[in-house]
Amino acid sequence: MADFKPNEMMTIAAARALKNDDVCFVGIGQPSAACNLARLTHAPNITLIYESGTLATKPNILPLSIGDGELCETAITTVSVPEMFRYWLQGGRIKVGFLGGAQIDKYANLNTTVVGPYDKPKVRLPGGGGAPEIATSCGEIFIIMAQGKRSFVDKLDFVTSIGHVSGGDSRAKLGVKTKGPTKLITDLALFEPDPNTKEMTVVSIHSGVTREQIQENSGWPVKFAVKVAETPPPTQRELDVLRELHARTNRAHAEAA
Amino acid sequence: MARISPLAEAIKSAVRDGDTVALEGFTHLIPHAAGHEIIRQGRKGLTLIRMTPDLIYDQLIGMGCVSKLVFSWGGNPGVGSLHRLRDAIENGWPHKLELEEHSHAAMANAYEAGAAGLPCAIFRGYIGGDLPKVNSKIKRVTCPFTGEELAAIPAHRPDVAVIHAQRADKAGNVMIEGVLGVQKEAVLASKRSVVTVEEIVDELPERSLNAVVLPYWTVGHVVEVPGGAFPSYAQGYYPRNNNFYKEWDAISRERDSFLSWMKENVLAKGPEVFARYGRKHRVAAE
Repeated sequence: MADFKPNEMMTIAAARALKNDDVCFVGIGQPSAACNLARLTHAPNITLIYESGTLATKPNILPLSIGDGELCETAITTVSVPEMFRYWLQGGRIKVGFLGGAQIDKYANLNTTVVGPYDKPKVRLPGGGGAPEIATSCGEIFIIMAQGKRSFVDKLDFVTSIGHVSGGDSRAKLGVKTKGPTKLITDLALFEPDPNTKEMTVVSIHSGVTREQIQENSGWPVKFAVKVAETPPPTQRELDVLRELHARTNRAHAEAA
Repeated sequence: MARISPLAEAIKSAVRDGDTVALEGFTHLIPHAAGHEIIRQGRKGLTLIRMTPDLIYDQLIGMGCVSKLVFSWGGNPGVGSLHRLRDAIENGWPHKLELEEHSHAAMANAYEAGAAGLPCAIFRGYIGGDLPKVNSKIKRVTCPFTGEELAAIPAHRPDVAVIHAQRADKAGNVMIEGVLGVQKEAVLASKRSVVTVEEIVDELPERSLNAVVLPYWTVGHVVEVPGGAFPSYAQGYYPRNNNFYKEWDAISRERDSFLSWMKENVLAKGPEVFARYGRKHRVAAE
């Protein structure tokens, strides 16, 4: 078996969740790495959309920001930001939205706004950006986040974007018709919502990880599905393509200086 | 009506203490040189609007020009926090900063409503989260035809829009290419505007029939500032300097290092320092 890091497993597991005919709203960082890994391996025709307005972009290197020139130059077209949010996102044309955050709870609600009280925050985070509407307008949501007690919390300090709200049918009761978070991909496991309670539940544990590790890195008593799979470890090809993508990106950023 | 001006004169005439100002740019074409001029002229009490406040807003806030920020994402993209923004919010340095916080969809809709001359923007959003609890400008309206509940926020109507574009012609017609952001909407929504450009040319070059052009009678001051978006970029002229964005993290982390950098690189300099980052003429995409 190839040697790999938990972070690489997380990106690769997220890439595997994507299909060739998906239309994805991509965020910077882990989501961008996962989406481009999918495009460079099993999903060459996947449509990647970044909120800067670039439609069907095929970057050769990973962008540092959401609107790097690389995204625009390799896109089929670039629309204005109001058009992006109105026609494409709100218009219901995006199948999968990727989100991450500083904090997540067991119903996959996310906080990217503040740690501590809003008016006197301990840590002021960047804020919601596109997340509040991505969370409700995309057909479904995939979340990528590394696990830890500070990020996987029992109660969010602030709800920036909703997941399954308080579980059950609470999301639908708000009038939201989209599915919400269908996958939570971490460095340790893959979670999916329980069909009834909507609590994010472990359905697959990454190779070499224990149930205890998953619990130790979560701020609530974690539920495991009746049948829990083992995530197949990364293949050599997946690792090679991902590492080359990162190496190419680092070289390009260094040269541009 | 477009007026070709030097930068100092344009900012002096268009941006006044207490104004609501939108220096826009979505990663691309961020008007850094114009922002530096606002700092040099010592404007105070500004309300700044921006979807993605980044380095230039960090600088304006850290230098004490800003009393209120209307925004949806405030960070150093791909790097981390804006330390001056955080210091203002968390510790009130150099003074307290009032926040009006939105989502991107809300901000984009508010600019578009402003450009369209509407009093408010209506969209499907802000469902279930906490932002409406901390921002009293977020309201709900009911569609008179379907009964659907939608979000409503006031249109953005800034006193001044400040943007950077690739080029203008001598009459002041401004052409923008690449990632467009909300710059066209910001200019059309504002009472006044300052547009810095990479170059002023005799005639706009051959272009797509649907090229994005702000006609001269919709813009205010037009200023040639080559390299004026650095460390942001101008598609076709120079790439984003990702390394500077990474370096800013260390420069801005402490108040002292921030202030000495600003003194040396902004207060003691003029817009001509940007020229070394620009290129004289447009080049084909790399």
